[in-house]
Formats: sequence, C-alpha cells, structure tokens
Amino acid sequence: MSENRISVAKTYKLYIGGAFPRSESGRSYPVVDAKGAFLANAAQGSRKDARDAVAAARKAFPGWSGATAYNRGQVLYRVAEVLEGRREQFAAEVASSEGVAVKKAQSLVDAAIDRWVWYAGWTDKVATVLGGTNPVAGPYFSFSMPEPTGVVAVLAPQQSSLLGLISVVAPVIATGNTAVVVSSQDRPLPAVTLSEVLATSDLPGGVVNVLTGRTAEIAPWLASHGDVNALDLTGAPEAMRADLERSAAGTVKRVLRTRPSEDFTREPDLARLRAFLETKTVWHPMGV
Amino acid sequence: MAAPSTSPSLPPALADAVRDDASLRRFLHGLPGVDQVGVEQRAAGLGTRSIKKAGKMWAIDTAIGMVDLTTLEGADTHGKVRSLAAKARRPDPEHPDVPQVAAVCVYPDMVETAVRELDGTGIDIASVATAFPSGRSSLKVKLEDTAYAVDAGATEIDMVIDRGAFLSGRYGQVFDEIVQVKHACRDAHLKVILETGELATYDNVRRASWLGLLAGGDFIKTSTGKVSPAATLPVTHVMLQAVRDWHTQTGELRGVKPAGGIRTTKDAIKYLVAVHEVAGPEWLTADLFRFGASTLLNDLLMQRRTQLEGHYSGPDYVTVD
Repeated sequence: MSENRISVAKTYKLYIGGAFPRSESGRSYPVVDAKGAFLANAAQGSRKDARDAVAAARKAFPGWSGATAYNRGQVLYRVAEVLEGRREQFAAEVASSEGVAVKKAQSLVDAAIDRWVWYAGWTDKVATVLGGTNPVAGPYFSFSMPEPTGVVAVLAPQQSSLLGLISVVAPVIATGNTAVVVSSQDRPLPAVTLSEVLATSDLPGGVVNVLTGRTAEIAPWLASHGDVNALDLTGAPEAMRADLERSAAGTVKRVLRTRPSEDFTREPDLARLRAFLETKTVWHPMGV
Repeated sequence: MAAPSTSPSLPPALADAVRDDASLRRFLHGLPGVDQVGVEQRAAGLGTRSIKKAGKMWAIDTAIGMVDLTTLEGADTHGKVRSLAAKARRPDPEHPDVPQVAAVCVYPDMVETAVRELDGTGIDIASVATAFPSGRSSLKVKLEDTAYAVDAGATEIDMVIDRGAFLSGRYGQVFDEIVQVKHACRDAHLKVILETGELATYDNVRRASWLGLLAGGDFIKTSTGKVSPAATLPVTHVMLQAVRDWHTQTGELRGVKPAGGIRTTKDAIKYLVAVHEVAGPEWLTADLFRFGASTLLNDLLMQRRTQLEGHYSGPDYVTVD
C-alpha cells in the first residue's frame, strides 16, 4: 500500500429507531481530538431529529418494558459481549477524544464494559430490592413494585465520553425505559460506536436512540416535549439547567439533577436505577 | 342500461357515452392513458412543498373540518360510536375553537346511534353500504343495505363498486349498480368507493372515476381502508383530475375522498396541496374533499397543540379511540 494513501474520513449519522438516518437538517460538524486535529464528521441533530427519536422510543417502549426482566438482562449481556469485541476501537476513540494515554483509555473502556454488565445484572434484581410487601393493618396483601417511567431523555456527560455515557444509558434501559440520548457535544465518537454496537446486538430498535449535535440546541425541545416522561440533566450546560427544569415541569417530567462534575470512575449505586422508576402498590383482598 | 338519475343535461359527448354498454366501453377506453412516471413525479414534487406557521395552522384546521371520522370494525359497539360522536362534536375539549369534523362514518346498524348523538350538530352521518367492503352480494341485497342505512338517517352513503365486474370489463353492470344505489339513496349523498388498491393501473383508476361520475356519484372515494395499498397521492391526483375535467365539461362540482393510510398531518397537508394544485382552490372545502380516517385526527390535534403551545405534544394528551 502506498505510504501517502489518503484515509477515508468518516461522516457519521444519527441512530434513531434502529436505523442510521442523516440529520433531517442535513447538517454535520467536524469532530476534533483533544489537540484539535480532525477526527471525523458527526451529524448535527436538530429538533425534528429529536422529535423522530422520541417517536421511535415511544414505539419501542411497550415491547421493551413488557419483556421479562430476565430477557432484558440477557440482551444487555449480549451488548456487553459486542462491546468487548470493539474494545480496541473504543480505546482509540476515548484516547483521542479525551486526550488521555492509551493505557488509561483502555482502563476506562474496561470500566465502562464492567459498568454495563453491572447494570445488566440488576435487571431482574431491582424489583426485589426496590419493591416488596408492605405491612398493612387490614385483611389485604399489599405489595409494591417498581415500573419503568417511559421515554427518558438523557443528556450524556460532556467530559466522560464512554464511561460516563454508559453510566447514564445502562441504568435507564435496564429497568425497561427507552432512551433518547444526546451524546457529548465535542466527544461524540464513542457514542456513535456504541450505537453501532447496539444496532448489531439483540437490543430492539428504538430502545436507545443516539443524537449527536449541539446539546444546547436539542435539550430544550426534549425538556418541553409532551411525550417524554423523564429527563436526565447530567450533560446539560450549567446556564441552562434551571430553564430545562422549568420547561420539564410544564409537562410534569421526572428530572434527575446531578452534580455537574460527577466522577464516573466511582463505584455506582442504585440512584440512577431508582431515578427512572415509578412504584406501583397493589392492595389485594385476603380471604381467611 | 338504466339512465343516471342526476345530470339531466349532460353535454352531448357524455350523454352519448351512457347510451348503451358499447358506447360506455368506447368512452372509457377512449380516455387518455395516465402517464405513470409523470403523475408519480408530480405527486412527489408537490409533496415537498413546505407549509409553515399560519399556513400550517390553516391547513390543520381545514383538514380537521374535512375528516370523516371513521370506525369500521367488526368489534364496533354502540358505546364506541357514542364516544366517536363526542369526539366528532368537540375533537379537542381543551381547545373549543377546534372545528368539528365533517362527518362520522359507521356501519349501517350503527347509524341510528350516530344520528341520535349528532342530532342538530350539522355533522353528517355517513354509512358504508352495498356489502362493504367486498361488494360481493346480489344487487337486491345491496339496495336493501342502502335503504336500511338511509332509513336509519344516514345523510351520506359510501358504496363499493363491484371490482370483479369492473376488471372483467362489465362496465354497464357497474354503471347500473351505481345508478340504482344512487336512486336508493334518495336525498343522501353518494360516495363511490373505487378500491384503487384492487384496480391495478392508473388507467383503470381513471376509467373507474369517470364511471362513478357518469353514474351520478357525488364523491369518488379511493378505498375501503381494508385493502393495502389504500389511498396514495398519485391515485388521488388521477381522481382529482377526473373531477376537474368533469367540472370543465359539465359545470358540476363533484368531490374526492381519499381514505385509508393517511395517518399524519404531513400526509394530510400533501393531499391539501394536491387538491389546490390539481383540482383547484374551490375544492378546498368539506363539501368537495374529505379524508376518510380514524388515527389522522389525533395527529392533527397533536400538531395543532404543538403549533399553539410551542412544544411537541404526545398521545397522552388526546383521546384514545
């Protein structure tokens, strides 16, 4: 092969409803590495792409939330297998976008895959931990169980491009929600590769939809959208948080507020799983 | 052949066409062929037109006023028809300024319920008849079916043509059936369903359109909604051309009703653009253009809310039916 071969620069697309469409707006933007060198072009999603993604997530919700917890777990384990297969590609992308050494990037990728497996394990255990029977004074058997809240709009963290992304997406879908994810604005490549992984594993189309582009442009439309049930503000720009919360309140969304500089290398807990669950309590009459 | 009960003074060429079986065949086969590539290209081209802001708001309200809110299921109940009628009267209870729909469309045995619910509202009650959706029965049964719906109070009858007869070239038989059903309709408007999904070619659609118009149909309607493909833009173009040409030759205004498969506001607006461009602006009224739809209304209401409230709405905010 010739030494001065010109490599093929990629122009990535969005991931909506299991397909990879271009942005409806036709826009794309250059993605650069930590030193400012060109990496690839990413699609610059618009409000209409967000609308389409919400429609796709809504369509996927009955199937995904209705699947057995065991089945969801198996699907997520399968995703982890495919993630493992793309380990080198993820490491290269994390290294170039976050500007860390390859070794460090590899350990971040490993942590991300382990995080995914950790949440996959929770699919069929979360009901026992967050639900249960309630002691009541009456002839009733009363029990509570967690149920997914619906379509969750996730603003992925801006800094941690893979570990952070997986730490916010996996808990949302593990419990049966479907997600519309707005990736890190300046570091979208690991999110694009994650969507390629999801498309080639057993996850039904529409359960995760990935939009790349300007977070500040897309977020307000998701926050005010009448068919979005919850909003994760993790990657929201600091100045916009109050406004986003306010418009989310207009349609009574659950909002997950987080500290702006969350450390994703820390061991996770149940907080993110619990944030997008609703508790259903049933009172069942008891005979003698 | 029976004489058509309307159009007493057809121009000589058309009067000659309905004289007997042979001349009807000669007329229908003498119609110019449809340029398939051309009509599909024009339909696609007009579909790209962008309608925004005030224009979109006008289009949404106009489309709502043209909807024939339809329920044609084996599982229909009187309760379902009552709730459909309530929705027809006031499509969006939170926005009383939303116009009423044009009509509700039900099976003949549900007409009575619909009449009771819609009395005095000005909303028409359409009923399918003539062994809908296949049209496979004797003429006697079809006429009885029509009379049953009309007696129950239906103000519009949606009849199906005998596609078997049409496709085997027995145009005279199809013509006679439409004429007799029109007679059985008395004062009710007659919509002639061509079921274009079964007619195979645009030429056939054009012939069936003219056949329906010659026999006295007030509307020509694309499909029953039970056969796929149902309404498509190019087919509606061909039918709109037919009513436009009918108007030029006779001075009468006849309507078109696409039905089935129109689910989104975007689709509906494409149809309105087609009506405006192919037939003409005077067809942009519920008297001359209708949408046969059930899910379309919800999408129109959601889009209307989106326009008013400035953010996207969802199916949680409209009634499920």
